[in-house]
Amino acid sequence: MKPLHILTWLVGALVTIFAIGGLHWGLAQIGWISFFDWSFYFEVSAAGLLQGVMYSLVALGFVLIFKASGIFNFAQGSLVLFAALTMVGLMELFERDFGIRLHWVLAFILTVGVMVLVAIAIERLVLRPLVNQPPIILFMATIGIFYFVDGFGQALWGSDVKVLDIGMPIASAVSPLGVRMNVYDLIAAGVGAALVAGLGVFFQYTRIGRALRAVADDHQAALSVGIPLKTIWTIVWSVAGVVALVAGIMWGGKAGVQFSLALIALKALPVLILGGFTSIPGAIVGGLIIGYGEQVAENFIGLEIGGAIQDWFAYVLALVFLLFRPQGLFGERIIERV
Amino acid sequence: MLYRETGQFKTTYRADQAIFPILQDKIGVLAILAFAVFVVPFAADNYLLETILVPVLVFSLAAIGLNILTGYCGQLSLGTGGFMACGAFFSYKLATAFPDLNLILVFLLAGLGTSVVGVLFGLPSLRIKGFYLAVATLAAQFFLIWVFNKFGWWTNDSPSGVISAPPREVLGFVVTSSEAHPISKYLFLVVLVAVLALVAKNLVRSRIGRSWMAIRDMDIAAEIIGIRPLVAKLSAFAVSSFYIGIAGGLWAFIYTGSVEALAFQIDRSFQVLFMVILGGLGSILGSFLGAIFIVLLPIALNVTMLAIDPTFSVALVSDMEFMLFGALIIFFLIVEPHGLARLWQIGKEKLRLWPFPY
Repeated sequence: MKPLHILTWLVGALVTIFAIGGLHWGLAQIGWISFFDWSFYFEVSAAGLLQGVMYSLVALGFVLIFKASGIFNFAQGSLVLFAALTMVGLMELFERDFGIRLHWVLAFILTVGVMVLVAIAIERLVLRPLVNQPPIILFMATIGIFYFVDGFGQALWGSDVKVLDIGMPIASAVSPLGVRMNVYDLIAAGVGAALVAGLGVFFQYTRIGRALRAVADDHQAALSVGIPLKTIWTIVWSVAGVVALVAGIMWGGKAGVQFSLALIALKALPVLILGGFTSIPGAIVGGLIIGYGEQVAENFIGLEIGGAIQDWFAYVLALVFLLFRPQGLFGERIIERV
Repeated sequence: MLYRETGQFKTTYRADQAIFPILQDKIGVLAILAFAVFVVPFAADNYLLETILVPVLVFSLAAIGLNILTGYCGQLSLGTGGFMACGAFFSYKLATAFPDLNLILVFLLAGLGTSVVGVLFGLPSLRIKGFYLAVATLAAQFFLIWVFNKFGWWTNDSPSGVISAPPREVLGFVVTSSEAHPISKYLFLVVLVAVLALVAKNLVRSRIGRSWMAIRDMDIAAEIIGIRPLVAKLSAFAVSSFYIGIAGGLWAFIYTGSVEALAFQIDRSFQVLFMVILGGLGSILGSFLGAIFIVLLPIALNVTMLAIDPTFSVALVSDMEFMLFGALIIFFLIVEPHGLARLWQIGKEKLRLWPFPY
């Protein structure tokens, strides 16, 4: 993306936030919503945007796999849970059995190793026998993986809520420009941004990255110039596993590592269709829009119609966007031929 | 030897296009039906009836509904749970608002109501395709469950949120709620599901069914040869939701005996989707086979696990069940991606030649 492009988006986003704030203010004036306050609105917006980054982290794993193999990977959520469980489990294991307090960086590296093993296993046992099947069959197979990994992780490490402590401040808050923000969320946003930048560099400048892009463009053409498809798939699933681990650490550090982590994948789905299945920037922007929209809707309109609209608002928002752009905001234009 | 169509000549197109063109098939299906109606209720104990046969029948109906949409019309939907909830709550409202209304009519009306909802949520399918549509149907799932949970009107303002289905009679036998005898529940379901399955089978063989399949195979080409996507897609959504809605009503009234939105979470959608895929996309028989398989699998896993070692903790057993369930699903997809219905077909082909190799 060009800098000008990014600038346009930033200005557009700010204008939109102000416009939607103005809309709510107007609604409050004519009495449709009972409470509106600009500083509260900005706080909610900031919290929503930061929450959105967390959604993007999960959506990123989906996009990587869909780009490289055209598989709609429902198992991403369970990979997030499994990665976080493994990391906490390893730390606990070392402390209990060897009396060593494993530094979280070491645990992180060990878990990355485990995720690579998982990726290899998935490629060998599931994807390879199912090559050339229609997408819906592969989608069902990833639901099978979802069940398996869920059960496996919990059978291995136990199913009680675990605390993941990597020395990050959880409760403290800062208030730049008078808008209260959670420090933890800010760090998470920073990590997310770093991850996206890292992936961008990896895709753009390394040999493997080029091969990945080639596979994403056209499987057969990539094969014919000598790119090993199976290796590439293993790498993609490994990278998705690492992304899942980062997402797992961020979510797990905030809310504890527990079964519900596997279900945040459901929150990543609207992000995904909003941004487009094939676009990494789309996952980020989609996450921001969903996070922001969800929080604002819950806090202002949601109060009027009974609350808890968070469950479905993201989907309806994404649906509305899709009606105008069926391939998502950044998705590749769908060209159909008979 | 027995399964051979030699000598069965068709002299009319009518005979050639019959549902069961081969005599043995016709006899077989009638025998199975007779067995299900006359033998099973008296041979099976209450456990078998209540926990296996009743859910199998209810799920079969839901799977037929989803199969019409996904298997025949090619529109992937993850909103099944939401539509089942619609059917359940519509039936409840109808049954409590008009206590004298015939129960069958209640279910049919609830099904019709659900199909209206289904058409509404099917509208985006005219513009969105594939997995984008699948995720969009999740909007239906979450929105509908929220509506039923949020507004007390649906539960007649019951404070607990869990309400039991009212007892209703058909032909003088109580078939709903916990008062009903398992045999009457089962018989009512068998007859209803058999009739609805017959209707579905005929629908998919008719003009409208062929237009669904054309849309599934390639929607643009179908449009060019004169099939209207609007009519075909929305009618598929309507018919599919009708079946799913009735299945939801049966679930709440006959299987569990209580109407609650919790029973229709997204897990339910996936469960029905599994039945359709493992049973066989685009096959009515497959819907039944898939329902039997998915209902029996967890029970069988549980029983075998406890038989191997009864000292397993409950948590471990449930985790292992998850693992085995996932692994078996993947295994079946690898072995036969076209589902159990295809296995059955292969078996029939083999049977025609048996005992000769060619």
